Amino acid sequence: MIYIFALFLLTLLVITAIAIVRAEDLFVAVILTSIFSLLMAINFFILDAADVALTEAAVGAGVTTVIFLCALALTGDQEKPQKQGQKVALVIVSILALVIIYSTFDNPQLGDPDAPVHQHVAPWYLEKTPEYMDFPNVVTAILSSFRGYDTLGEVFVVFAACIGVLFILGVSPPRKAMQVSVKKSGLRHHLIPQVVGRLLIPFIVLFGLYTQFHGEYGPGGGFQAGALIATGVILYALLEGEAEALRAVPRRVLLGMVVGGALLYGSVGVVCMLMGGAFLDYSVLAADPVWGQQLGILIIEAGVGMAVCGALLSIFHAFAARERVS
Amino acid sequence: MIDLALDILSWILLTSGGVFVLIGGIGGLRLPNFYTRIHAASLTDTMATLLIFIGIILQAGFTLASLKLFAIMLFLLLTGPTATYALANAALLSGLKPDTGTAKDKTKENAPE
Repeated sequence: MIYIFALFLLTLLVITAIAIVRAEDLFVAVILTSIFSLLMAINFFILDAADVALTEAAVGAGVTTVIFLCALALTGDQEKPQKQGQKVALVIVSILALVIIYSTFDNPQLGDPDAPVHQHVAPWYLEKTPEYMDFPNVVTAILSSFRGYDTLGEVFVVFAACIGVLFILGVSPPRKAMQVSVKKSGLRHHLIPQVVGRLLIPFIVLFGLYTQFHGEYGPGGGFQAGALIATGVILYALLEGEAEALRAVPRRVLLGMVVGGALLYGSVGVVCMLMGGAFLDYSVLAADPVWGQQLGILIIEAGVGMAVCGALLSIFHAFAARERVS
Repeated sequence: MIDLALDILSWILLTSGGVFVLIGGIGGLRLPNFYTRIHAASLTDTMATLLIFIGIILQAGFTLASLKLFAIMLFLLLTGPTATYALANAALLSGLKPDTGTAKDKTKENAPE
């Protein structure tokens, strides 16, 4: 039964992908991308990857769509017609698709316990997580402790992406654009979305905090929490206007969150070294190694959450602050 | 006995919810212009959500799962009509005139630009 549902979803995914490619109105394409992410999130959920599904839903369907729409507000919403080279591209894509489909014949069946991926280190992770960390969510254990270096790298990638976007878009616009009077933006005069939004934002942020601090026991963690809280603030910005959102969470705070999050993660590793362990080996942080692991994971997850939330909001504000260039 | 009655009731609710989703889908494809189409689509947000969720809650019984389902239902019942309202309002502001007849949309004809 679940296979039929998964097949149905994957078919919808292919249809959506083709629709995205064919759409000439970029606005339609952005909305279709959001639908694509949502379908992908459901697919991840069927595959029992609740953590990834949560991230995909919050980032892919939520924040990215808003950032795309902000980018569209700066440029235009029509695709430039492109005539030449379409046949060549089609041929190359078809050949690649055939090669990929052919290569899937050698793949192990879905959920096959003898698949190589289940034979390598995964059993060791599953066996050692209760012993070393004493909490049930193995994904968080792998992400933040066993493979802590990878996650540190990811946080620095988020950091670098944020800095890059700010370098490109954060440049103050030329004098002429500066004189444009600050007009009231947002949906101030739309009472119904505003009331409902005000009702929902606290719950969104609360749910974000819940995923942040419940990440060891259920699906969740820093990435998901950062994205969820960012969505809440972006919703506030859409309803009340960008200036109001900046008044609630100023730019300095956002940059501080990005830098501080990355720094917090790195400094936990350095503290581990100072206390006689290896870099990012949390066992030395407390007298009891299990408590040490849990403390370390809690702190670095907070760092990840801060960095992700700050980066997403900084990128959103960088786009939203630009005047339309026509 | 009471279990059987609840089961039958929940399946009636689930089926009628599914019928409402189907009606909404057909309406979203077949109705002539924008406002009638979102009117049909909003049927899936409200009536179908309500029926399907009450059906599932009856299936789940008096557990934590049904409390979560209730919270999700409340969330959908709040956000769905709001989204429909925002959509209709945005269309109205961008100059799409509501038409009570069966005329097709004439886009951007009376846009205030």
